[in-house]
Amino acid sequence: MDSAADILTNTPEGLYCPAGGFHIDPVRPVPKALITHGHADHARAGHGAVLATAQTLDIMAIRYGEDFTGSRQIADGATTVGDTRVTFHPAGHVLGSAQIAVEQGGRRAVVSGDYSRVPSPACAPYEPVPCEIFVTEATFGLPVFRHPDPMKEISKLLVSVQSFPERCHLVGVYALGKAQRVIMLLRLAGWDGPIYIHGALARLCEYHVSQGVALGDLRAATVERGGKADFAGAIILGPPSAFASTWAQRFPDPVICFASGWMQVRARARQRGVELPLIISDHVDWPDLTRTIAELDPEETWVTHGREDAVIRWCEMNGRAARPLRLVGYEDEVES
Amino acid sequence: MKQFALLLERLAFTPRRLGKIRHLVDYFAATPDPTRGLALAALTGDLDLRRVSPSLLRGLVGERVDPELFRLSYDFVGDLAETIALIWDGPEQGADPPLPVVIKTLRETPKTDLPRLISGQLDELGPSERYAFLKLATGGMRVGVSARMARMAVAEYGDLDVTGIEEVWHGLEPPFTELFAWAEGRPRPEAAAHAPFRPVMLSTATDFEALESLDPALFAAEWKWDGIRVQATNDRGIRRLYSRTGEEISNAFPDIIEALNFEGTIDGELLVRRDDRVAPFGDLQKRLGRKTVSAKMRASHPAALRAYDLLVHGSEDLRQLPFERRRKALENLVREIDEPRIDISTLLPFATWEDLAALRADPPDAVVEGVMIKRLDSPYLAGRMKGPWFKWKRDPMLIDAVLLYAQRGHGKRSGYYSDFTFGVWDGDQLVPVGKAYFGFTDAELRELDRFVRNNTTDRFGPVRAVAPAKVVEVAFEGLNRSTRHKSGVAMRFPRISRIRDDKPAAEADTLSNLREFLPKE
Ligand SMILES: [Zn+2]
Ligand SMILES: [Zn+2]
Repeated sequence: MDSAADILTNTPEGLYCPAGGFHIDPVRPVPKALITHGHADHARAGHGAVLATAQTLDIMAIRYGEDFTGSRQIADGATTVGDTRVTFHPAGHVLGSAQIAVEQGGRRAVVSGDYSRVPSPACAPYEPVPCEIFVTEATFGLPVFRHPDPMKEISKLLVSVQSFPERCHLVGVYALGKAQRVIMLLRLAGWDGPIYIHGALARLCEYHVSQGVALGDLRAATVERGGKADFAGAIILGPPSAFASTWAQRFPDPVICFASGWMQVRARARQRGVELPLIISDHVDWPDLTRTIAELDPEETWVTHGREDAVIRWCEMNGRAARPLRLVGYEDEVES
Repeated sequence: MKQFALLLERLAFTPRRLGKIRHLVDYFAATPDPTRGLALAALTGDLDLRRVSPSLLRGLVGERVDPELFRLSYDFVGDLAETIALIWDGPEQGADPPLPVVIKTLRETPKTDLPRLISGQLDELGPSERYAFLKLATGGMRVGVSARMARMAVAEYGDLDVTGIEEVWHGLEPPFTELFAWAEGRPRPEAAAHAPFRPVMLSTATDFEALESLDPALFAAEWKWDGIRVQATNDRGIRRLYSRTGEEISNAFPDIIEALNFEGTIDGELLVRRDDRVAPFGDLQKRLGRKTVSAKMRASHPAALRAYDLLVHGSEDLRQLPFERRRKALENLVREIDEPRIDISTLLPFATWEDLAALRADPPDAVVEGVMIKRLDSPYLAGRMKGPWFKWKRDPMLIDAVLLYAQRGHGKRSGYYSDFTFGVWDGDQLVPVGKAYFGFTDAELRELDRFVRNNTTDRFGPVRAVAPAKVVEVAFEGLNRSTRHKSGVAMRFPRISRIRDDKPAAEADTLSNLREFLPKE
């Protein structure tokens, strides 16, 4: 076995390593899974055994219950799995997120999972890992995606809060990563007041705090104690799914905001009825994605979930070997 | 430029009319002349800029970006200006040139230098300003603000009456300095009020049962002609022809302008008439939207004005007088004018509503849409109010609806968007009320298809959502209550009977108009 391309193969369950007998981020239950991070489309319940970072394992237990897997193992330093040597490296995406490097016969493949090169205070920054095969995500793999400075986006929110003191601001965020990111950005921008959160965000916020990520004064977004007027001028975070429910109706004339990389495209924002789009992403944008490939300079780039065609085209134009994996089961709209 | 770009963003994302007006008012309050007036002109479509073509823009971006990457991006984003604004490798924090300077440069740059100018601007501006700049250059802001809504915002800003603004609007020019001065307490710009547009009086739909409770002796009736409602005015030599929304259409109808040998303002129907034969609406449509008209077109499609009402005679404003007296004055005036291109709409003789129903069932001309019923004592009032004027349309049932979605057809229409979903207003929302895939001519189909391609706002698989800007007249054979449809009604046999380019989307029918067609319980 002398080709790096033999380290990993594509199966209906997801990427599979024959020499190690494991899958990475499988979309269906498998005997042995290595998980990059806790987002629902990467981390699923029901595997025989899971190897992941301690934080990712904690997050999976919070989401799916303690029995989410048959057995679990914390990734700590190099681990030998079958005939391979496996290491986990920070991906800069969300708390606990990692890239997984698989070595076999002196060759290395790196599966990035989701990654970001914009530093986030919630997790260790992305670490470039030299490799022969680089498996990259392509969620925002189009040259139209260039994420602006997140502080500039958060200041848009604060300006709007000031302009509409009688309304509340309802910010759509995903529970893992984006919620805490938005809270930390608000704190960094000087918002010391309470931030109200929907019940679905509570446990993961608590977990962040327990891991040393300070989030300040968080309160439950319920109106049992007072009336609608209590929320005038307030910032309230909730999962986008809750916006269509009666939960959202309890707030005074809310300004609907949504924090996501998708908000760069107007039609996407309008489709969701968003009044204040906030372009805040925890994925690499196009410049960072292409820069990463150029820096790592792998022999081959494999492109998965997202706009694969454009990344493949860029690789072609730059004389780089690349192929699309066309994996199914990773969701575009979720947790971006 | 940054404030203008920010305004466009806010307008685009603010869903409600009131919210949009508030953003505009804030902008007018915070922005000095002439910037705010130019922004207003950009929104009302009064900024007379040379339109930069999509192909020029594609050419520019082709020099910078791989065509395949551009194609994939455009497919994803769906809007040309937006795709270019995002993909252009300009600065994140860009320059902030004053809006008047940007507009002056766009206006004065010779055509051959335009590509260089545009690339240069895109290289300097940040992403949001690049988008605003491209929208200015290509025309059409598409932020969901109609010209009328923009004028309402000026009214709101100055605590003025919007009809007052509409009266002077056509005498004003960007940057509308006198208008903002008026809004800020200085006198109304009277000089601008020469040959003004006067807001039109509109009718509400009625039917036999509703009429039965009214006394026919109190009403006059006349044919409702299927042309375009216009206002023709001659104010001390200044002659103008306006559509009923106040758009000036003088250039397209020099034959009418030449015939306006009077002092005053006539409300009437614009038709194509050959001797005594009124031509179908399609003939009139050929003359619409032209900057100039050839002698050949004038001869083959001669325009005519059929007078309904007289608003101003000489220097006297007749609008407060009862219809009966205005009508007498109109009869005298039309006789005096003695122009073959101007005639008067005849009054129908009837003693009972049954008489009128019989006339309506068998009109003398196919270009009659129904009858108009007007209270003899009604003053001429701006807008549409229930009571003084009614329209009683001929069968089949007709409504004016707004195109919402389109889907590609099959068979010989497979290349065209030919299956249309249309909607009517429910408050400030458009609700879908039906689907139609026939009724139009091949030429109309091509027009609709082009509209869909150029105005797509969203895609869901094979379906495209379009900007709510195209009004179509839908004919149908009956209306039933339906729990399966969000609108609560289902149409029988709907088809697109014609395209109403003369009608803005805001004036399409409402759900309550449509419900009037429901069988009585
Ligand atoms: Zn993720
Ligand atoms: Zn992902």
